[in-house]
Amino acid sequence: MSETIDLKLHVWRQNGPKDQGRFEDYSQYAKGISTHASFLECLDVVNERLVLAGKDPIVFDHDCREGICGMCGVVVNGEPHGPQKATTTCQLHMRKFQNGQELYVEPWRATAFPVIKDLSVDRGAFDRIIEAGGFITARAGSAPDANDIPVPKPIADDAMDAAACIGCGACVAACPNASASLFMSAKVGHLGVLPQGQAERDSRVLGMVAQHEKEGFGGCSNHYLCEAACPKEISVKWIARMNRDLLKASLSYSPPSGRGGGDG
Amino acid sequence: MATAKALPLTQTSIGQKALVALTGVILYGFAFVHAVGNLQVFLGEEHYNAYAEMLQSMPKVVWATRVILLGSLVTHIALVLRILGRAREARPGRYRVDAPIANEQGILQRYARQTMILSGLIVFAYLAFHLVHLTIGVAPGLFFHRGLAYQNLVYGMREPWVAGVYLFANLLLGLHLFHGATALFQTLGLKHPQWDGRTKIAALGVVTLIVGANVIIPIACLTRIAGGELPNDPSTILIPDEASEGAED
Repeated sequence: MSETIDLKLHVWRQNGPKDQGRFEDYSQYAKGISTHASFLECLDVVNERLVLAGKDPIVFDHDCREGICGMCGVVVNGEPHGPQKATTTCQLHMRKFQNGQELYVEPWRATAFPVIKDLSVDRGAFDRIIEAGGFITARAGSAPDANDIPVPKPIADDAMDAAACIGCGACVAACPNASASLFMSAKVGHLGVLPQGQAERDSRVLGMVAQHEKEGFGGCSNHYLCEAACPKEISVKWIARMNRDLLKASLSYSPPSGRGGGDG
Repeated sequence: MATAKALPLTQTSIGQKALVALTGVILYGFAFVHAVGNLQVFLGEEHYNAYAEMLQSMPKVVWATRVILLGSLVTHIALVLRILGRAREARPGRYRVDAPIANEQGILQRYARQTMILSGLIVFAYLAFHLVHLTIGVAPGLFFHRGLAYQNLVYGMREPWVAGVYLFANLLLGLHLFHGATALFQTLGLKHPQWDGRTKIAALGVVTLIVGANVIIPIACLTRIAGGELPNDPSTILIPDEASEGAED
């Protein structure tokens, strides 16, 4: 394998949520890219060359570059985080691409994720969904004893699988309906399977779903492209679980009044 | 208080999808009973017409069923259109290149889910034709006499284009039902990876039965395997005197 590749690189440029946006051909700045570079490093190199040429660098989100923070994420040839399964954009390496390959790099496309600039989108909607889920009632202060609340190992593993969601938004980007169901179901689920999450289980799913609808995400129509795109391989079984929780909560939950507390 | 005010179930896309799934189950049940009932065409004219007469002798049951089915169908379609409209708003545009991940699910699954709306529309059009042809009986040029369900069916299917319409629409119905059967478990929250294999096999089984029955009947009539004893010219058969005044609306 050669150590460097030339790319036919097309990058989406957009000056803000109101701007139309368009692809720009940056092939001349994407020559001799090291195959050992990550995709974000490739964009770094292109940006350096753009700056040297007196042009505006491409704006894209990134932070840890270790695949755990959920900040990065661009759509490469129609696939969120690019072609490698279970991999964030920062962990995707240029050796996964062919010399001379044509690449179209785009931001997540969803009304609920307005473009800030170029490849960077505002994922504040996710934060508001988390917020709408509310808190769990836990003792604050010093750390509790490790085995205070017994949790069976398989359940703890299951909760960890859901909690692996880094909130990058690839599920929304992949979904033909721009639904955030996979993200939301992971957040509903990782608390919902644990004893600590039971007290607020109904209000959490009701709140999160209500916020999801308000943010303008679409509904799930079982295409399962989210699962295929998820860098953390969150299973769509969590969506089924969330659906079950929501149906149950909608039919049975009445908010606690708080009156008469402590009378007994 | 961070918690957002909960929405009524029918205002959430999950609740709406659950209703789509439940009405789908009702329509599924009808499709199954209808297909199995119609296999009696292979038992001959007397048996089939007696079956039709038996159904018609229970007008309350027939009309209650019709009302439930119509309600289910309208709900099913109206909610899908709402969900679709919302999805269109949520996803402003397509990506430049189609993602190859879409192909990973296998051709049947992918085609079924991608054509859900299209197959639904075509099946709906076919349903209208089917009702006009064999329930209301006002399809121009096609034989229809109330009380002669067997003859109506056999002579209709002897027209190659009619049989073709039934064959084509039922294959699409199969795709629609296949996706619907697997999706409804997910939508109603009853799906779990542990059961995936079994629900898929069960779905394939039920769909094969429905579509198989619906496809065999036109082929059998076209090839005279069923109804071959009826004369070629429908005008020569004996029409019972009490044949009703014609079509109802």
